Amino acid sequence: MTVSSLIARQVRYENTAFWRNPAAAFFTFAVPLIFMVLFNLILTGNGSGQDAARFYTPAIVCFSIVNACYTSIAMTVSLARDEGILKRIRGTPLPGWAYLVARMLQAVLVALLLVLIVAVVGLVAFGVPLPVGQLPLLVVAMVVSGASFCALGLAVAGLIPNAAAAPAIVNATVLPLYFISDVFVQLDDSSVLARIGDLFPIRHLANVLQAVWDPTVRPFDPIDLVWIAAWGALGLIVATRTFTWEPRS
Amino acid sequence: MPFVATLGDAVTMPAVGPSTEPVIRLRGLRKSYGDLEAVKGIDLDVQVGEVFALLGPNGAGKTTTLEILEGYRFRTSGDASVLGHDPGRRDRGLQERIGICLQSTGIERYLTVVEVLRLYRGYYPRPRPVEELLDIVGLTDQADMRVRRLSGGQRRRLDLAVALCGDPELLVLDEPTTGFDPGARRQAWDMVKRLTGSGRTVLLTTHFMDEAQVLADRLAVLVHGEIVAMGTPAAVVGGASAVTVIRVLLPGDTPSVPGSFSGAVATRSGAGSLELHTDRPTEAVHELTGWALAAGVALEELTVSRPSLEDAYLALVGDTGEGHP
Repeated sequence: MTVSSLIARQVRYENTAFWRNPAAAFFTFAVPLIFMVLFNLILTGNGSGQDAARFYTPAIVCFSIVNACYTSIAMTVSLARDEGILKRIRGTPLPGWAYLVARMLQAVLVALLLVLIVAVVGLVAFGVPLPVGQLPLLVVAMVVSGASFCALGLAVAGLIPNAAAAPAIVNATVLPLYFISDVFVQLDDSSVLARIGDLFPIRHLANVLQAVWDPTVRPFDPIDLVWIAAWGALGLIVATRTFTWEPRS
Repeated sequence: MPFVATLGDAVTMPAVGPSTEPVIRLRGLRKSYGDLEAVKGIDLDVQVGEVFALLGPNGAGKTTTLEILEGYRFRTSGDASVLGHDPGRRDRGLQERIGICLQSTGIERYLTVVEVLRLYRGYYPRPRPVEELLDIVGLTDQADMRVRRLSGGQRRRLDLAVALCGDPELLVLDEPTTGFDPGARRQAWDMVKRLTGSGRTVLLTTHFMDEAQVLADRLAVLVHGEIVAMGTPAAVVGGASAVTVIRVLLPGDTPSVPGSFSGAVATRSGAGSLELHTDRPTEAVHELTGWALAAGVALEELTVSRPSLEDAYLALVGDTGEGHP
């Protein structure tokens, strides 16, 4: 069997396993939607309804991609390592990198489905048009950010000592960034917090997605994608140094 | 180790050698973790079709040795060859020919038994049929059950089935029957015997001496990273102690007892028990029963016992308790 068909069937099995874990599936899909509805309700009360909906649809798409790729890869891979699944895989002829690529592809599939759901909810519930004209840019953004955030997830999994510590560590790395990356709240571009957010990849993904949904508000800047890819490359380098296949005692 | 190391994994042709070449060949194998030497120069050959057992207390280096052969650890020095491959190179061609059952490893718990077997079969070029795997380990009735619903013993049997997915030439089992009830243990023994009957080789570790006695063609006892005894179970027992123990209970009104029988000193202990340690049991029993008949003494509970593998093992391991580092 070729490696690509091995990866394809691995993705299929990972996907089956994913949907049979109701807790993981629920949080992956429900949390972005809960945030989306909450933010819209809060800001509609302020009288800035349509602007809020236009902002939060791409913002929650950004949140979904980061959650489905970075957060879930970091948590599930460190759990699989603790349980010894990675070690078992390592004893089979399946190349280790093929296994990890399969896990990442499965995460990107979940992200893709989430993006679709959030976009449709944005249209149906809040009247935000689908970004049909910007579809190619959305696809490029998904590919670059999917790969990069998965790589960062692997890097962090390598730094997590055990699965019990994973949620705390992963949330500590990502939650503060949501606040300064135009995901949970919109900042003035020139503010200090926004400048700090500019150093990290999430804000750049948020920028690209705002451009996808409405280029008149924020035109697309290729530098944003370069930033994301650079962080992804850094993640890959760190992962090669920190990643292990065996549980850490 | 970094995961990109596997990017260089090459598919190599299986090494074809003369059939007399051992499946496993170790020479001066050493492994150190910092200052701690876990394996201190092991020489070992395991032949085709053999069941070889590694015995020894926890921390003796059994698992380290297995994990070097499986490609999980890199040796510090010495030579190692498994099916003609250097296990340290982690050739895909080698992983395709060995089946590994680790001491404790997780398995995808949201998949069903049959799905897990299908998944792992897919990694190998010549896999065993799923029905056969289920039958071998006795999980046919649990085929559609999710892994998370299996009992501990059933999961261990699934571990064995996963190790057998690729129809391996060499099966490496680290404490395969720990946690099994006696019935399941016997089934596992039968399974291992059937496998080796068809030319497969098995290397296993165990803490159960009866298991080693029943299964192993040869065994090695490892203490503090060194082999202290190796050979067939009978040879290891014989080498450790050739002494036969004769025990008997004497009635309370027994007249005076000779101090020795055929040169074996008679030791008396409480409640009328008499014990002889001898390397000439035929003569000693003859003299003892001759005396008893002449003196009119009824010998109760007469036993003549050869030391068991467990006795030999305990003698070899000495006071090396469990849980040494």
